[in-house]
Amino acid sequence: MTTDLAPDRRGTMAPPEVAARVADLVKTYGSGDTAVTALKGVSLDIVAGEFTAIMGPSGSGKSTLMHCAAGLDSVTRGSVRLGDIELTSLKEKDLTRVRRDHIGFVFQSFNLIPTLNAEENILLPLSIAGRKPDREWYDLVISTVGLRDRLGHRPGELSGGQQQRVACARALVSRPEIIFADEPTGNLDSTSGAEVLGFLRRSVDDFGQTIVMVTHDPGAASWTDRVVFLADGRIVTELREPTPERILETMKSLDAKVQG
Amino acid sequence: MLRASWKSLMARKLRLFMSAFAIILGVAFVAGSFVFTDTLGRSFDSIMNSTVGDVVVRPVAGDVDIESQPSSETLPGSLVKDLASTPGAARADGNITNFGTFVVGKDGKLIGGFGPPGIGANYTDGPAAKGLQPLSLDAGRWPKATGEVVLDERTADKAGYLIGEKVNIVSSGSQPRISAKLVGIAVMEGGTAGASLSIFDTAQARDLFMEGKDTYNDIWVTAAPGTSQEELRDAVAAKLPAGVEAVTGDSAAKAAASDIQEALGFITTFLLIFAGVALVVGSFLIINTFSILVAQRSRELALFRALGSTRRQVARSVLFEATVVGAIGSLVGLGLGVVIAMGIRTLFGTFGLDLSGQSLIISPRTVLVSLVVGLVVTLVAAYLPARKAGKVPPVAAMRDDAVLAESGMRGRVIVGTTLTVVGAVLLGTGLFADVPKPTYWVGGGILGVVLGMALISPLVGRPVIAGIGWIYRRTFGAVGLMAQQNAQRNPRRTGATASALMIGVTLVSMMAVFGASAKASIDAAIEKEFVADYVVSSAVGIPFSAQVTRELESVRGVAEVAAFRWDAVDVDGERGSATGIDPQHVDVIGDAPMASGRLDALTPTSVSVSEEVATARGITVGRTLELTRGGVTKPFTVSAIHKESTLLSSDYLLSLPGLESLGSPRTDAYVFITREAGTSAAQVGRDLDTALADLPVVTVKDQGEFAEEQRSQINQMLYLIYALLGLAVIIAILGIINTLALSVIERTREIGLLRAVGLSRRQLKRMLRLESIVIALLGATLGVGLGVAFGMALQRSLADDGIDVLAVPWPQLAFFVGLAGLVGILAAWWPGWRASRLDILRAVTTE
Repeated sequence: MTTDLAPDRRGTMAPPEVAARVADLVKTYGSGDTAVTALKGVSLDIVAGEFTAIMGPSGSGKSTLMHCAAGLDSVTRGSVRLGDIELTSLKEKDLTRVRRDHIGFVFQSFNLIPTLNAEENILLPLSIAGRKPDREWYDLVISTVGLRDRLGHRPGELSGGQQQRVACARALVSRPEIIFADEPTGNLDSTSGAEVLGFLRRSVDDFGQTIVMVTHDPGAASWTDRVVFLADGRIVTELREPTPERILETMKSLDAKVQG
Repeated sequence: MLRASWKSLMARKLRLFMSAFAIILGVAFVAGSFVFTDTLGRSFDSIMNSTVGDVVVRPVAGDVDIESQPSSETLPGSLVKDLASTPGAARADGNITNFGTFVVGKDGKLIGGFGPPGIGANYTDGPAAKGLQPLSLDAGRWPKATGEVVLDERTADKAGYLIGEKVNIVSSGSQPRISAKLVGIAVMEGGTAGASLSIFDTAQARDLFMEGKDTYNDIWVTAAPGTSQEELRDAVAAKLPAGVEAVTGDSAAKAAASDIQEALGFITTFLLIFAGVALVVGSFLIINTFSILVAQRSRELALFRALGSTRRQVARSVLFEATVVGAIGSLVGLGLGVVIAMGIRTLFGTFGLDLSGQSLIISPRTVLVSLVVGLVVTLVAAYLPARKAGKVPPVAAMRDDAVLAESGMRGRVIVGTTLTVVGAVLLGTGLFADVPKPTYWVGGGILGVVLGMALISPLVGRPVIAGIGWIYRRTFGAVGLMAQQNAQRNPRRTGATASALMIGVTLVSMMAVFGASAKASIDAAIEKEFVADYVVSSAVGIPFSAQVTRELESVRGVAEVAAFRWDAVDVDGERGSATGIDPQHVDVIGDAPMASGRLDALTPTSVSVSEEVATARGITVGRTLELTRGGVTKPFTVSAIHKESTLLSSDYLLSLPGLESLGSPRTDAYVFITREAGTSAAQVGRDLDTALADLPVVTVKDQGEFAEEQRSQINQMLYLIYALLGLAVIIAILGIINTLALSVIERTREIGLLRAVGLSRRQLKRMLRLESIVIALLGATLGVGLGVAFGMALQRSLADDGIDVLAVPWPQLAFFVGLAGLVGILAAWWPGWRASRLDILRAVTTE
């Protein structure tokens, strides 16, 4: 179930650059009789500069796919490439470096280190790497997330939406090849959620950032360029230029298929 | 509820083991000290029982306690025959005993250690009390004539003498050198506790120890069958001349044994102090562990509350865990205590006090006290966390962020400050005021200050953590920043963990300051007052024959020889220290500042009184004092009043004949020697060595060697104390490991997040290491601060007792702080390893 190299939404006909490629990915937990296969041979290309959503019912393997693609989890079989780097063959130490230098993360909750203030949290990956931030870029990111007056606050003093925006800024500030977002709006009210999604959208549009987001919310998924649907460890279909209605329809039909 | 507690206990085995470890060590010290003391007591009881007859007849002066030198008062030989015919007496035997008779081994070295006596005695076949035969022959025969000797088995073995060989013996009697043929090997009932036995026939013993006179030190009267010790004593007492008393064997043995036990009682006190330190440090560890466990389980506890458990049930479930920990810790501690007692016994064996003849005694009291102490300490320490557990509201089960309410700092600061101040006042009172039992005041004061400081350490520690944090941020960036922030996150937890280390470091620093001051004071005193070129002293801590002193006078190049003796006398029923000196050569001993009168004018019937005693009792020059020693009382005229100086610091200074007239033996503790002008120091030193070559019981030292010997004695004491306090530090390390390990579990998600965004395992470990170092350095800094303060106070309070120079060993204290940093690094190793193995994914997605 590979995706064709379709023309990207900006309409140019040049072959799109692939930011990440997952091929024949199999992930099995446990062994013997108790083994559970979460991914049963998934292949997926993440196009650079695109905002991709991964959707699917609970247990479909969407989170596992993201964790494997982001180098957070090991794979049983298959390949995960990030740019030119084959993640499955990397040692723990190099994998850490890849995450640090090439990948940004936004999790559903608990994204920030409680002892560090917003600014320190944003600069954490750079600081860990011992790199100096690009001041101009940093300023641009800060003004885009709109948190300039909250930089000295600790996470405990920020609202949920503000916390997620800090997390987005952290993911963005090191200019990673790709950002993985795991249900970034799952814990937010709709207004805050829209703020965060708007910010992610803008990063893609204005900065050409590649983002992969796992979500079960059709509203959130409708902010993306492409929605990939997973069911039972396999990619079943995908939508381009999705709307909430089309996403819902697709989900319903998938549910019917699963139940049927 | 009980089942649930048990399960949670089993799920946290390792953590609980670590807190139990503190209890184990504390209880082990308690048990060890009791077991050893009981063993020691039984050992001396049995030895003493074989050193008395049914009735012991002795000069009243002979009943001298352990502070004094043995009496030289004797009983006439005619008394023995006289007593043998007492109704109810089976026989009577005269005993001659000398406590400064040592065997010289084949290699020229003295047999015996520093402390236990070398006993020289006459042979009689008279039985000890209750028909006991104290000595039995292992080989050969008993001595029958002058020139024959029987040694105890251990001594003969160590010295390497076989029957028929010539044995060299040195004695504090009138003949320092004795040579005799070994005719037999004897075994003493119950062992000798490290003492050596040289047994001669009565005629030779009389020559050696009684200056040839037909006299005895004491007489054993053996009861005829059917006569009790008391009946015999009364019958014997009726026949005794004045100044001679009769006591039953039982009471004489008991008195002698309790004397020795009292003298060795410091060992028990010493061990119990360390047990106390270990238990205090351990209770910190327990409070911390249970607090953290309660905090981590707050949701679980809330669920119990929501399901209908009462506060008390929840609190009790925590206390139940504590009970199990305490019980297991106490039992294991008891076992370890027996091992410690064995260790001490072995250690004492190497010092010459051989107790291997007595098996270890584990009395029911030891078991009971150990278990009670262990349980009570654990339960007291777990009480506060348990109460907190009961306060978890049921609603916390439903909330995501179940955090226990942190109680305010105010109450803590008030209590902590009060404790510190009260402790300081107690300490000051104990050190500087004249109160009964000053050690209790000092101990209580130190405990108060330490506990108070532990309470306010979260506050007091702030500048320390901030200072270290500043360096961290500069050096380690984000990792350093996070390490500092983590250390500050829960100031109470950090404070309590650091305080555990603080206690050990405080005591170590205090001893370091005290030791350095003592050494500096000795150096200064020797520098200032030591005028002699050489000093001769005993190698075994037992005074040597005055004959040796006389021989030294004739060594080539020697100008002056001044003997020096210690003893104790009573004046108006109050015990005072006494020193015997040779008035003609007193200037050789040292510069003695006088308040009035002169020391070189002392006569056999005059005495110099120290200024302190004179002031306290209103004694003036010209007055007559009744000095009593043993049963002998003699009048002395106060002819001088001397000020405090290092060597001449006794309450009473007497001439040698004056001291002898009170029954003090003719044995010297030190001899100070000057050489003639124009002689070579090295040559005279060598000649002195040669003169004393066959008397290994004494050694010659020059000024430098003498100072070094004094210093090394202090060092030995310090090292022993450091070693024991090292255990408190080990408990503190476990505390840091525990706190860090629990923090790692608490911060699982955070660690996962950090790892996800690219923190390497090495960086993660470094972060924990830095946090650990903060805790360790905080404890060390506070400890060194307190320790220096305590040490200075201790030095001040002892300034009048000769420790008049304050020396703070800064390099050594800096070394302690550095060592604490190292401790921090070590303590972080295991938690860091665990944290780095955490599965990132589980850490990120954990609920």
